[in-house]
Amino acid sequence: MALLQISEPGQSLEPHQYRRAVGIDLGTTNSLIATVRSGSAEILPDQQGHNLMPSIVHYGREGVLVGRAAAEWAVSDPQNTVVSIKRFMGRSRQECIDRDGELVYQLAESDGGMVGLVTRAGKVSPVEVSAEILRALAQRAEQALGGPLNGAVITVPAYFDDAQRQATKDAATLAGIKVLRLLNEPTAAAIAYGLDNAESGLIAVYDLGGGTFDISVLRLSRGVFEVLATGGDTALGGDDFDSAVASWVCEQAGVTGDLSSQQHRALIEAARLARETLTSEDTAAVEFQNWQGVIDHDQLNACVDGLIGKTVRASKRALRDAGVTTEELMAVVMVGGTTRMPRVREKVAEFFQRPPMVNIDPDTVVAIGAARQAEVLSGNRPGDEMLLLDVIPLSLGIETMGGLVERIIHRNTTIPVAKAQEFTTFKDGQTALAVHVVQGERELVSDCRSLARFDLKGMPPMAAGAAKIRITYQVDADGLLNVTARELISGTQARIEVKPAYGLSEGEISKMLQDSFNNANDDMRIRALREQQVEADRLLQDLRSALAQDGQQLLGKEELHCLVKELDELAELRKVSTDHRELARHIEALARLSEDFAARRMDIAIKGALAGHRIDEYEVDG
Amino acid sequence: MDLTKHYFDLFRLPVAFAVDRRLLDERYLALQRQFHPDRYVSRSAQEQHLAVRSAAAVNQAYAVLCSPVKRAQYLLELQGLDSDDSNKTTSDREFLLEQMRLRESLVEVPDAADPFAELADLEREIAQASVALEDEFATTYQAADLTGAKQALVKMQFYGKLQAQLADLEEQLDELN
Repeated sequence: MALLQISEPGQSLEPHQYRRAVGIDLGTTNSLIATVRSGSAEILPDQQGHNLMPSIVHYGREGVLVGRAAAEWAVSDPQNTVVSIKRFMGRSRQECIDRDGELVYQLAESDGGMVGLVTRAGKVSPVEVSAEILRALAQRAEQALGGPLNGAVITVPAYFDDAQRQATKDAATLAGIKVLRLLNEPTAAAIAYGLDNAESGLIAVYDLGGGTFDISVLRLSRGVFEVLATGGDTALGGDDFDSAVASWVCEQAGVTGDLSSQQHRALIEAARLARETLTSEDTAAVEFQNWQGVIDHDQLNACVDGLIGKTVRASKRALRDAGVTTEELMAVVMVGGTTRMPRVREKVAEFFQRPPMVNIDPDTVVAIGAARQAEVLSGNRPGDEMLLLDVIPLSLGIETMGGLVERIIHRNTTIPVAKAQEFTTFKDGQTALAVHVVQGERELVSDCRSLARFDLKGMPPMAAGAAKIRITYQVDADGLLNVTARELISGTQARIEVKPAYGLSEGEISKMLQDSFNNANDDMRIRALREQQVEADRLLQDLRSALAQDGQQLLGKEELHCLVKELDELAELRKVSTDHRELARHIEALARLSEDFAARRMDIAIKGALAGHRIDEYEVDG
Repeated sequence: MDLTKHYFDLFRLPVAFAVDRRLLDERYLALQRQFHPDRYVSRSAQEQHLAVRSAAAVNQAYAVLCSPVKRAQYLLELQGLDSDDSNKTTSDREFLLEQMRLRESLVEVPDAADPFAELADLEREIAQASVALEDEFATTYQAADLTGAKQALVKMQFYGKLQAQLADLEEQLDELN
């Protein structure tokens, strides 16, 4: 009698090996990196001891500067100094102009329709700029931890749509960082808060950062973080408050006409300084060009109340979606630097009918939560029962006749999720079907974000209405969408990773990576090889233990023989190959060959759950 | 494996309209602890894909069992009754008149002196009616009166739509304020 056991998921392969895992808060204004050391989460500061790294990249004559060094160029060389790049992630040039109006940068179309910035270093995409920031953070961590990172949890605003999430993941790939998970910022804050307070109940996380606003309602209970609803605005934050103050300054100073990019940057800086001063003072002096003035709280409130009102409306909607009233909440947790503003706290307290929790550091809490999650995901804490259940922020739909949207997955559905819908043809002999994937809450396609278009081709001609086309939307735990279309009668299939209208294609990313390989650095090639070796080891390890447990029961003789042969080949290649692409091809081949076997094993696990037993309770003759 | 026939089995609950919510939630978390992709991060890409599919199936099953309307519909599907939208009619005149009255009230909400109070009243009324219909479904289904159960479901769906419209209206009113 052999005991059949499926190794506990989440457990590391080599239990004693510590993995360098970090949490990264890639913010609009500032970014942070954190890790867990001897059980407690801590921010990793730079060599001067600063926790926050300004999310600023300067393309200088001597090369690229990131962070504080880049910030020094913000006013004197605005066109080559990129700030708040997060606002541009996953956006087209037109969208950026429509929203932010006059900008200090020269904007261009970039690959795949995403906006590009023209700098001294040529045209750069938001993905590339973000990759610079991520690379600088990773270096900081690698120095502190004494070696290359095994993986990172990167936070994104909960309200980020698919294009913005994909762009963030692409930036990490470009920076050579393995993404363990994209984690929603308010959820990260809830982890940090919940683990420290160890209470059970409902909380709301109000997260107002430099460029984005999120509101999430969560249920906390013994290591479970369940997001009930989320809402927000990915173009509303401290930056917008500054713009509102800047407009007031222009009015007061009688400034009319176009400002140069230097003047514009100086104006925004003056506005920001005044707003921040008012956090602790009654009045603030403002200077712009030859004008000098004073702003008080009444003035500031008049500038920002409309914007705060927007966050309150989004909060109200999130509570309604969650089916929760303000009285039922245990706490309202404040996150993001902009929540330091007294007016924001006042309005939040008024709406939620309780003083918000402000005793946690709103700047660092997201990175801390991300580090905790990274620690668990990387397998450094086997047996940790933490469970995170998040939701999709915006509905996903498909274009139907007349430019209308048919919703396939509704907002605030728990992820991962898969939903299928069947469609048919409307013309006799139709052999192709155009699929247009959109995201948003509006009825008309033109009011939603277009994520991708693709064609299901090669269907056999049939009478109108005879074909049965099943379209499946699958959203993974990162909140990323994958769409498959299949004609059920003929079996014609098309699959697409939604690599959207405003993203980089797989090809573009590998080209960028390739370029950086060619740019003479062996490090990158070694890193790519190392990644494939890790993946090969995982597959070999998973498959070997699976075969030992279930190979005899679940596979025919021939199947088993085939699989073992391919496995041995990969094991051999793993020892000798120095070509990451060759290794990747063989991993892919073995994974494909073992797909059925793996699926059958997962079925057993599910059947075990159905029967009400843990799979390792089963005893099998053998 | 096709899980769509086994939602109740998956949560080890009896096939019935009444669901023990505490047990359902408890087992949902246990299942997610086993299948959530977060538990498979250091496994091969293939197992990660399978985990996404399994966890998605668990979420789908949970969503169906949590919602009275979806649960009722699912129970009838298990009995081989098609829940196709085209058959969603009722000949119950009284019920239809009641629906018309409610819809008219809904349309008039924005013009009321206190639209939010008006909305809250309607919401309460609809919630009460829904609970009564759920009882009707449970009783008829239990008695194997599938025709009666289907009638109750159709009416529940009417109220479900009304509730959705109510929520939309509330959102619109919020935007105006």
